[in-house]
Amino acid sequence: MKVIELHRSVTESNDRDAQKLNQELKEKGLFFINLMSAAGSGKTTLLSRTITDLKDRLKIAVMEADIEADVDAKRIEELGAVSIQVHTDGMCHMDAGMTRKGLEEMDLEGIDLVFLENIGNLICPAEFATGAAKNVMILSIPEGDDKPLKYPLMFQTSDVLLITKLDTASYFSFDLDKCIERVRYLNPDIRIFVVSAKTGEGMKEWEDWLIQETKDWKENKDA
Amino acid sequence: MHELSIVTHVAKTLDEIAEENHLTRIGSVTLEIGEVSGIITDYFEDCWNYFKVRHPLLKECEMKLESIPAITFCEDCRQEYPTVEYGRICPYCKSEHTFLLQGNECNIKEIEAENERET
Repeated sequence: MKVIELHRSVTESNDRDAQKLNQELKEKGLFFINLMSAAGSGKTTLLSRTITDLKDRLKIAVMEADIEADVDAKRIEELGAVSIQVHTDGMCHMDAGMTRKGLEEMDLEGIDLVFLENIGNLICPAEFATGAAKNVMILSIPEGDDKPLKYPLMFQTSDVLLITKLDTASYFSFDLDKCIERVRYLNPDIRIFVVSAKTGEGMKEWEDWLIQETKDWKENKDA
Repeated sequence: MHELSIVTHVAKTLDEIAEENHLTRIGSVTLEIGEVSGIITDYFEDCWNYFKVRHPLLKECEMKLESIPAITFCEDCRQEYPTVEYGRICPYCKSEHTFLLQGNECNIKEIEAENERET
């Protein structure tokens, strides 16, 4: 027996796969977003509203990752958008390899933007890169303003934070300023949108961001 | 769930190493686990034992775990302190402006292995 010293992070091989996938998506000009949040934060509702609002501007497809069932994919399909259901078979996150397989199974002809709706939890998805152009996370008001303290890595790895369910704010003691301060301390560069997918408040700013970023990604595809 | 995922990623890395180095058998793997990496070591060992018998290269592979202590640095008084005991607030100056220096690692440190020529 000989000893081989490795000293490498467990996530290193996944990071490499993710980087490769990211580069390929850049060459294709396909903007790909990894959407992460806790279970029940309203990922599917937010996506449904976004798809409906932008239906004349962007062709959007959704990869639904769940441990089981296909209720989310059906909701997206009802809107006429391309969707695929990926089952992770008990795994708590999507990695780059699973994401690649999912994308290969999708009919992406004419699609501008693909969302990966990652498994609902604030821990594991943050540790495993998927190859996405941007990481977007949701924190819904009922979850509480202390979540940045409890799950710092998720807030650190996200490019965008959507604070959602603004319409419920009067029922919860959610300190928005305090929450934003906590998030900015962890990640000074994060973009924050405060929205309600139900009333539509704040949705325009988020949707304008999506349109602009998708356009920039496409234009830089040879860069 | 998290632990099993990490086990599969360790196995994937070891498969790559085995191919590069023409290894036929891995006798042990040593992992360095940070104190605040969120990995529950008992559960992690169970996952490893469940997984390894299903993976030819790792069938007899022992997993050795080494712990890396978690240390936090205070930006205001510039002192270091143990994270697990004091958390996010600096015990010296009560500042919240602190960050983790080490302790969230999950690294493959080394393996013991045999290659084709030795067998």
